[in-house]
Amino acid sequence: MSVVARPQAPFGRRIVHVTDRRVAGPYVALTARDRGGPAPLAGQFYMLMTPTTWGGGADGRPYLPRALSFARAVSTADGIALDFLFEGVGPGTDRLMEVGVGDELLIAGPFGNGFALDGERWPVLVAGGIGLAPIVALEDELRELDGVRATTFVGMRSIDHASAAGLYELEHELATEDGSAGHQGYVTDLVKAHLEEHAESTVYACGPAAMLEAVRVLCAELGVPSQLAMESGMACGFGACYGCVVPTKDGFTRLCVDGPVLDGSQLDTALISGAPH
Amino acid sequence: MPVEFCGIELEHPIVNASGTYDALAARRVFGDAFERNFPFSAYVSKTITLDPRAGNPPPRLWELGQGMINSIGLPNKGLVRFVEEDLSEYATLPAPLIVSVMGFSVDELIAILEALDGRDEIAALELNFSCPNVKTGNIVGSDPVECEAMMTQLRAHSDKPMIAKLAPSTSRPDLVAMAAESAGADAVSLINTLPGMAFAPGTSRPWLGAGSGGISGPAVRAVALGQVVRVSTSVRIPVIGMGGVENSRDAQQLLDAGARLVAVGTENFRDPAAGNRISAGLAQPAESAANPD
Ligand SMILES: Cc1cc2nc3c(=O)[nH]c(=O)nc-3n(C[C@H](O)[C@H](O)[C@H](O)COP(=O)(O)OP(=O)(O)OC[C@H]3O[C@@H](n4cnc5c(N)ncnc54)[C@H](O)[C@@H]3O)c2cc1C
Ligand SMILES: Cc1cc2nc3c(=O)[nH]c(=O)nc-3n(C[C@H](O)[C@H](O)[C@H](O)COP(=O)(O)O)c2cc1C
Ligand code: FES
Repeated sequence: MSVVARPQAPFGRRIVHVTDRRVAGPYVALTARDRGGPAPLAGQFYMLMTPTTWGGGADGRPYLPRALSFARAVSTADGIALDFLFEGVGPGTDRLMEVGVGDELLIAGPFGNGFALDGERWPVLVAGGIGLAPIVALEDELRELDGVRATTFVGMRSIDHASAAGLYELEHELATEDGSAGHQGYVTDLVKAHLEEHAESTVYACGPAAMLEAVRVLCAELGVPSQLAMESGMACGFGACYGCVVPTKDGFTRLCVDGPVLDGSQLDTALISGAPH
Repeated sequence: MPVEFCGIELEHPIVNASGTYDALAARRVFGDAFERNFPFSAYVSKTITLDPRAGNPPPRLWELGQGMINSIGLPNKGLVRFVEEDLSEYATLPAPLIVSVMGFSVDELIAILEALDGRDEIAALELNFSCPNVKTGNIVGSDPVECEAMMTQLRAHSDKPMIAKLAPSTSRPDLVAMAAESAGADAVSLINTLPGMAFAPGTSRPWLGAGSGGISGPAVRAVALGQVVRVSTSVRIPVIGMGGVENSRDAQQLLDAGARLVAVGTENFRDPAAGNRISAGLAQPAESAANPD
């Protein structure tokens, strides 16, 4: 397994300008120009807020910044073009939905560990819903490595949601819950069929807790390593508050500094109470 | 704006509130830039206890429009591993170290104080008194009688400057502060979080894993100002004021209220460099106070 040094986040937060905004079904993708930070690793995340009118939504929130994975990071002569992909599920993401081209975001990061690539095994990427973001980033990272063939499975509620994968020209096999495109059912049906044929795989997954738990159990049964990009409520993102812990076999682990990617074998369950989705 | 605190010379009056900045984690995340731009003039550790604690089950955070409720539950390695593994690391930070301690009995606290007394890495101790007396159920930091009794017994066991951190659930923090002072405290700090809770969305069940938690952030700022004024005018020992400080104007208000130092807590979560921003803002001339940093 290759252990890549984590890119160092600049100290503090910084202003970035939004250069593009695209809509795919219920999702919004924002591109922001980061002139201050390093190229991140797939699976790492940023803490985001708007410099003005952050607050005043439902219950007067949001107050704290929001954790978002990056979906794509393109190095340019003028900094890194960072993509964030999200859905409005509450006051924080609703506010981010309002952000347009030319607007400013306050970001800190990149934070967290990112996926640890296992060059020896067949990479199997699994995305559920908005969990697509870090999977797109990982697929980008793998494409840079010559000779690595990856298989990507995406699960979405409907064809409308699935249009997000089209934003990134992601090659994938699709499952939709309503059967409006691809396999009707859960993405884990597709993953199971693949792993039963190809136990020499490593699974990299991000999605709702129930999906991650199904992936964890499946991989454990088949003896396939799994890396799960998880979520928990976060206040700071850099290890300061101890609010983001999840239970692991080693006790409570801060997901922001020791995750968000955890090895499936570290967990008794991926079902985390209070996780954002 | 250098300031003297319990015989320690500090570069400016901004420190961190206990439990709101893991400097060792921040050094790993931000690298050298963190140490070069260390946000605080003194560093206050998370509260340590005699025995290791795992902390409360998640969820531990609930967001408010103007702050948050936490039920972190004082996770820490316990005294022995703190001394063996962390103390030497803290000692390399570019600021004096204040260690926050809590005990569930006088004997526990005495054991902690005696273990830390000879350690030169430690400039001062903060006694987190937000803990009930197991026998009476009264919170030590909000009850003058409990506080005086506790402080009197502890004083003999440490030569370090001792800061009594009060608990805000009292209408007379001044009486508690005076009790701490008369029993030998070198300083007092306030406010700690206020007790509160939240129901999980759409239910009447508690959201937080521990059932209830402590409120912090701008929501408690007016309580902090009120209590700091009341305490500062009642004791001669220095006061560390905290509660909802977001910018240099908030910090200046606590200084104007009589605090010697101001601690930044929840705002660190929104801005890892909040301490730098606030101390720089304090050093600016007053005209810029209309748009505080
Ligand atoms: C590492 C990481 C990466 C992430 N990446 C992405 C991404 O790429 N794209 C994306 O869309 N999302 C991502 N998320 C999830 C995203 O951070 C959350 O969905 C977001 O914080 C929701 O904020 P909100 O205000 O919109 O919703 P909220 O109202 O905060 O609701 C979200 C959930 O939080 C809980 N909740 C409700 N009210 C409160 C409250 N007052 N206090 C605390 N919790 C409450 C509930 O469980 C609710 O379902 C990521 C999360 C993590 C930890
Ligand atoms: C997540 C969190 C953890 C805290 N942990 C501690 C602690 O370990 N010991 C302590 O004395 N106070 C602790 N506090 C209280 C703060 O030190 C401070 O008294 C309080 O939060 C008010 O300041 P603020 O509004 O600026 O956050 C904690 C507060 C928060 C928000
Ligand atoms: S989000 Fe604060 S410690 Fe992880």
